Amino acid sequence: MEIVGQLQKQYVDFITSLFREAYLDDQYVQLQKLQDDSNPEFVVEVVSIFFEDSEKLLNDLASSLQQQVVDFKKVDGYVHQFKGSSSSVGAQRVKNACVDFKNFCEEKNLDGCLRFLNLVKQEFYLVKNKLETLLRLEQQILQAGGMVPPLE
Amino acid sequence: MEVDGSSTKGLLNHIEKPHVLAVDDNLTDLKLVETLLKNSSCKVTTAENGLMALEYLGLGNDKQGSLNDNGSKVNLIITDYCMPGMTGYELLKKIKESSVMKNVPVVIMSSENTPTRINKCLEEGAHMFIPKPLKYSDVKKLRCQLMQWGN
Repeated sequence: MEIVGQLQKQYVDFITSLFREAYLDDQYVQLQKLQDDSNPEFVVEVVSIFFEDSEKLLNDLASSLQQQVVDFKKVDGYVHQFKGSSSSVGAQRVKNACVDFKNFCEEKNLDGCLRFLNLVKQEFYLVKNKLETLLRLEQQILQAGGMVPPLE
Repeated sequence: MEVDGSSTKGLLNHIEKPHVLAVDDNLTDLKLVETLLKNSSCKVTTAENGLMALEYLGLGNDKQGSLNDNGSKVNLIITDYCMPGMTGYELLKKIKESSVMKNVPVVIMSSENTPTRINKCLEEGAHMFIPKPLKYSDVKKLRCQLMQWGN
């Protein structure tokens, strides 16, 4: 079917670019491998929790950095969480931003922390957008009766 | 001697479905592990920290008040290492100290895979150490184990 072929090509091109631009890394491939016919919604479920969890973490980070006296240990705790969850879904750029963010927490550098909060936020919304597009493409392929091309 | 078909079936269901307690303070990771285990035909109970896990197992501080036998029904505990309050390592120790729970296998997950950490956990009696983020090959290994324990 022509439309399935077109959608599949779109999907492959898109996901290839996501890997090339480091939005996603091999861990996303691992998640895809862990999904099978008995749990076809696995990736969607995990990614959805990641989105929810991350929004909350971003709020917690913003409010903890707005305190009169900033508790850098607390901030570090939140960044550690974010680093973990982004790593688990393969959101490489978010994870890398968190690694740098942690350094500023350890140095108790408020300016650095605020800058990196903005960066992490930016990277998160970018990858969220990309993942939503990717998952939408998958749905379209399935609805058109096709199979989602497996990742290398 | 008569065998009651329905109760035997119930018993088989209990044996076939391992009951796993999953412990992690990271909600994304907890969801990931929970979903993976449920898809491997396990019954899953989740806890967001070591204290909650111990309370569930009936090993909480208020030992006299812990009249539950949840612990005896759990076939596997899988826990993150790095958690606030009580680490996975400390949780492992408490489990191994308990007469009821000491033979239940404990699997530790961690994003830091230094030999020191791995050896420390294995020496304390951890059954398996799985690096984070979870890879397909490690989950496969765990699933094989679960199938054996389920029987």
